Amino acid sequence: MSNKNKTLTNVELKGFNFEKLVLESGKVIAPVTIAYETYGVLSEEKNNAVLVCHAFTGDSHAAGFYSGEDKPGWWDDMIGPGKAFDTDKYFVICSNVLGGCRGSTGPSSTNPATQKPYGLDFPVITIEDMVNAQKKLIDSLGIEKLLCVAGGSMGGMQALQWAALYPQSICSVIPVAAAMKHSPQQIAFNEVGRQAIMSDIAWNNGNYYQVEAKPERGLAVARMVGHITYMSDSSMEEKFSRNLKDKEYSFSFTADFEVEGYLRYRGGAFVKRFDANTYLYITKAMDYFDVSQDLPFIRNGFVKFLVISFASDWLYPSYQSENIVKELKMKGQPVTYCEVKSTYGHDAFLLEVEDQTRLVKHFLNNVYKEISHGK
Amino acid sequence: MENKPAQASLEYLTIARIIQRGAKVLDLGCGTGDIMLYLENKNQVNIQGVEIKEEAIYQCVEKGLAVMHGDIDNGLNVYPDESFDYVILNQSMQQVKRVGFVIDEAFRVGRNVIIGFPNFAHISARAMLFFEGRAPVVKSMSQSWHETENIRFLSVKDFEAFIRKKNYKVQAKFFINGNNEVKFLPNLFAKKAIFVLTK
Repeated sequence: MSNKNKTLTNVELKGFNFEKLVLESGKVIAPVTIAYETYGVLSEEKNNAVLVCHAFTGDSHAAGFYSGEDKPGWWDDMIGPGKAFDTDKYFVICSNVLGGCRGSTGPSSTNPATQKPYGLDFPVITIEDMVNAQKKLIDSLGIEKLLCVAGGSMGGMQALQWAALYPQSICSVIPVAAAMKHSPQQIAFNEVGRQAIMSDIAWNNGNYYQVEAKPERGLAVARMVGHITYMSDSSMEEKFSRNLKDKEYSFSFTADFEVEGYLRYRGGAFVKRFDANTYLYITKAMDYFDVSQDLPFIRNGFVKFLVISFASDWLYPSYQSENIVKELKMKGQPVTYCEVKSTYGHDAFLLEVEDQTRLVKHFLNNVYKEISHGK
Repeated sequence: MENKPAQASLEYLTIARIIQRGAKVLDLGCGTGDIMLYLENKNQVNIQGVEIKEEAIYQCVEKGLAVMHGDIDNGLNVYPDESFDYVILNQSMQQVKRVGFVIDEAFRVGRNVIIGFPNFAHISARAMLFFEGRAPVVKSMSQSWHETENIRFLSVKDFEAFIRKKNYKVQAKFFINGNNEVKFLPNLFAKKAIFVLTK
């Protein structure tokens, strides 16, 4: 797993500012900041750039360590020297999504019109808006064509959105545990999360930034539900079984079972790093997302696809990845698809490092070989 | 699939001779992608595969091949009608449950279907059954009955009867024993048969 000698140190968080972004809804956000990080070196031909997109609650810190910190980026097992996204070869970029709360402009940012945090005055955004903001970042780095756009879960949805919007600007796409659109079940879980937040009295219609009480209870419950959907029956059995925290039942409503303690702990930790309004905006963006009619039909110059799903993922089940494959095959795109055997559920895209590495490493290597030979 | 690379040469060469340069090809049950790679290099075909085994998928990806993880017994519904010049079912038909359905699907997505299978009526198989009273284990199907993934055991004659029943047209047929072509009594002397069919 994570090998400190083979990882990136002194990673820096950067910010890219631009004047304005016109949204899919027609509304405008101005100005915009996108937080991002890069790993590796951009080649002279600028043909080795890989954009990695983060999942729902992720951020731009995908790999390595900030100076003086000991917590690696969220996909550090996959990004670094000699890893799947080999930073000795590729220039890897990861940005915090528009609407996020980890450095990019979002509902907790200052609204220039009022000099106060946006709150619900922040316009509703879509995955397309997130990708348009990323496109501006990529343009600003002087990259005309990305070698690859990759990501898991909502990151995979952004990758598909790139294929739909900018097929001429990418050579390949790796959507992992993703979908062309949310099913009613996925929307339903998101709605439970949103309702948990909005029914917390401290949420106060999104106006809580300037008071002490934050909607932490609601946000924590939303996160607890989320965590259940990211695991699987068998991974929970393996991790917690019916183990008790103490030896006996307390005959009260404290957390008797380990699984209860775990969910409470994860909920509590989450509220320290995540903004409740961002939770609302991003889940809405995911629910609106639908590229099922938009995937590209490209006659000249193929975009190559590597689609990965996980057998125990019931939040983004394999059939959704197979639908992506079907849609692309119907349009004549070359696609490789693998359903990786795993018991981790949706979380597998963060945990099944070895299998994903085998797939991603060779796939990327072949795409890179082809474009460097001008094939 | 079992022992594809071992006696590859004449078998692969035969299939390569059937397929024109630059053709669009789908390999059903492509295994670790050896034939795909061979055809891609030799005939510059535009080829993709379908394979059920996860480990084999990794090996295909390592070779840079486009491969789809799936069970051909469930059909080929990700592929549009008439999207391939050739569909290959080499050494995989005998492992399929719904043979008729899979071949129908192959004809739906492709114009020509190439089917290669081990001939269970080969003389060594007959001898093993006749003299030893044992279920044959022949070189082209080298595992015992309880280990083999083959679930169908057919002869050249059986397959020809099937073709007549289905009214497929035979464009060409080839019979192979090791690295030799078999011209005389193929149902007795061929270990492998390769048929090129159209509808």
